[in-house]
Amino acid sequence: MELTRSEILPGVWLSHLRSDKFKTACLSLNLLTQLQRDTASLNALIPYVLRRGTRRYGDMEALSARLDELYGTAIEPVVRRIGEIQCVGFYASIPEGDFLPDGQDVLHDAAELMGEMLLAPNTRGGLLLPQYVDSEREKMLEMIRSRINEKRGYALFRCIEEMCCCEDFAVGRLGSESECENIHYKKLTRHYHDLLQTCPIELFYCGRASQKKVVSVLRDALATLPRGEINYDIGTDVRMNALEDEARTVEEKLDVNQGKLVIGWRLGECMEEPDLAAMHVFNAVFGGGSTSKLFMNVREKLQLCYYAGSLIDTHKGLMLVSSGVEFSDKDAAQAEIFAQLEAMKQGEISEEELEAARSGVAGDLRSLEDSQGELEGFYLSQALDGPDCSPLELAELCENVSKEDVAAIARSVDCDLIYFLTGGGESEEEDDDD
Amino acid sequence: MTTKAYPRLGETLYTTTLPNGLTIHVVPKPGFCSYYAVLAANYGGDHRRFSLGGEMIDTPAGVAHYLEHKMFDLPEGDNALNLLSANGADPNAFTSGSITCYYFQCTEKFEENLRLLIHFVTTPYFTAETVQKEQGIIGQEIRMGEDSPGSAVYYNLLKQLYANHPIRDRVVGTVESIAQITEETLYACHKVFYAPSNLCLCVEGDVDGAAIEAIAREMLPPEKAELPVADFGPEESLLPQETLHRECMAVSAPQFLIGAKFRPVEGEGALRQRIVAQLALRLLVGSSSRFYTSLYADGTLNRDFDYEADFSAGTATVILGGESEEPETVLAALNERIAEVCKSGFAPDAFERAKRASYGARLRGLEDFDSVCVSLASGQFEGYCPFDAPGLLDQVTKAECEAFVRENLQPERFALSIIEGKKAEA
Repeated sequence: MELTRSEILPGVWLSHLRSDKFKTACLSLNLLTQLQRDTASLNALIPYVLRRGTRRYGDMEALSARLDELYGTAIEPVVRRIGEIQCVGFYASIPEGDFLPDGQDVLHDAAELMGEMLLAPNTRGGLLLPQYVDSEREKMLEMIRSRINEKRGYALFRCIEEMCCCEDFAVGRLGSESECENIHYKKLTRHYHDLLQTCPIELFYCGRASQKKVVSVLRDALATLPRGEINYDIGTDVRMNALEDEARTVEEKLDVNQGKLVIGWRLGECMEEPDLAAMHVFNAVFGGGSTSKLFMNVREKLQLCYYAGSLIDTHKGLMLVSSGVEFSDKDAAQAEIFAQLEAMKQGEISEEELEAARSGVAGDLRSLEDSQGELEGFYLSQALDGPDCSPLELAELCENVSKEDVAAIARSVDCDLIYFLTGGGESEEEDDDD
Repeated sequence: MTTKAYPRLGETLYTTTLPNGLTIHVVPKPGFCSYYAVLAANYGGDHRRFSLGGEMIDTPAGVAHYLEHKMFDLPEGDNALNLLSANGADPNAFTSGSITCYYFQCTEKFEENLRLLIHFVTTPYFTAETVQKEQGIIGQEIRMGEDSPGSAVYYNLLKQLYANHPIRDRVVGTVESIAQITEETLYACHKVFYAPSNLCLCVEGDVDGAAIEAIAREMLPPEKAELPVADFGPEESLLPQETLHRECMAVSAPQFLIGAKFRPVEGEGALRQRIVAQLALRLLVGSSSRFYTSLYADGTLNRDFDYEADFSAGTATVILGGESEEPETVLAALNERIAEVCKSGFAPDAFERAKRASYGARLRGLEDFDSVCVSLASGQFEGYCPFDAPGLLDQVTKAECEAFVRENLQPERFALSIIEGKKAEA
């Protein structure tokens, strides 16, 4: 598989990956914009409103019937946050003609439909339909509120929110409830036109069609895209240090049976010249999987929790450790998590631990090549701020990471905040403002 | 080993059954870096009562899942999860009501990892101490499940629908039920349910079927063991026990599920019934249905809405639901739409479109090694091959889908389960 990048229209970039491996092709379209508190929800809402109906297929019933006709082609809104760049648009999965009756080719029709969703929505007097905007706004508000339903994800979100309280990163990919509540169809229409004119656009295709054909299909589909001055001035504010000298602590009470401990670090000075391979291997040794120090010690050996793992955000420069613990085991689990990190700083990493981490990370990267969805994510984040290499090349770099490389990352990280979700909420006592 | 080509899907399936009763399915995928293997036992949380050699045996709730956790322990003090991970593989396991699956995905050392998988799943090693120790971890898992509204709304629905079938109870069991589990329980259940005749091995990747067969032959005992016969209790009435159940939990919006039982077809017609049920539901409540699009447009439903026909351990259940401020309105609209279908049928053009969409969805499903392998294993235990689905889909008629709705989805058959939020103080 060879990646070809080309600018097919002003500020519109296509990453084309030809592959015969799959039964469906994938095509994604992303408008890139700076994540900001006052526009995050506006941006996020746009693909959802556009997905409600086009000029030709005025409502969801007509639009969905058209997708059924195209052999269940799926075109769904996607909203992502990669570092502090918000990516909004569509992700399509399109059955390959080779597996359809008479070798029917649906790529052209699917791309055309995606273009219509983006450029020719159902409007009245040039404005997005208020009933679509209102209804999608309410649904998005509910998505924002529903963060609390799944406690593990909620605790992670809350830790980031507190940790990055002075950064736009805290707002999350969908923005905040208060911003979302105020969205109005006129304001959204204006914002939609701004985005179309100014956003760099990243397209990704992986499938059987040649680059030439995909370029031609997409140029047709996006022929009416209005382009103004493209805003390339977007990026992520990476902070090297914790907000305060001593890690801050936040405790929140909810009616839960199991506590959730989440600890947040800044990745620190290693973000000055990020060595992605070393970071991935570091994370795998510390808490990335079932051979990691956290899994082996906090879960298996000391039995302090049901899960304990770490994840890193190499765009924003954060590490988060998340763990489900009995309320009474919180302090012991926390102490053990820090003890394991301390051991890594001292270089206490066995050959077995290092080798398992290296081969695990390399294997994960190699298997990316077998999943279009994963490839799409990999190349999108690479197009934003990643290194210029394929998953296979990065896998090879991971295999050459040394113990000292890993220990250096451990010494670089700086603990910023300790968040604990504990029981006892919902009682008579009123929640203090925190 | 028999070879069957599915040219329309671009797949080939190798299948063999060894003299010891183990069935092996292999899907070769030249050009892929990943390998995936699952060793599945026809044993899940619902197999609590069974007969063997004329004797009826009862076991506590949660044994199948407990066993899954403990199977990773090996006699040499090793842990299979660690050995596989150290080898670069990504191993895991899950237990449902009807099946236990041990699997790994890797890009290197496939044969070595496959040997490890077969070795640990067929090597029971439990001590009083390790079994005791696991109670804490599983206890935490049980608690985590109790905090999950999704799990609560589901099990409440099953309790409303089923009077006796063990599908009513959580696969993980309860803190009390797992307290009764000892190493003897685990050894006994392993012996009964993990004999090769009760297992199925499915592999996908750039592999050779004959080599996999040779490894399985070499590693597993040649004898064919007697199969246990599960007893899921007396036949259930088709009507729910309780039509409406509400519970309060910390959720931002009410979550709901609507369910109805129907009689599963076994053997020959099993796959066709699954296809008909799935297609009928797509037409009735799928993403392009009038039911869904109108309730979505007026704000009653959102994107969380989903539906399925679930077949498990001798049960068949239609389940649909998601989030809604007005679950009762959803049920009323559903009954209304069903009445229309009973009267006038589905529109012919909508039926043709739904078939196309269903074909595309099945094609997409083939991209996932894990879902292909797990569906091959569960199909094996339930008597069908999922790769036959697209061919059968062509034959399914509109009348069959209408009959499915008419016969199984009458208003009295439905139960509604709701989890409501506790009103937050302002």
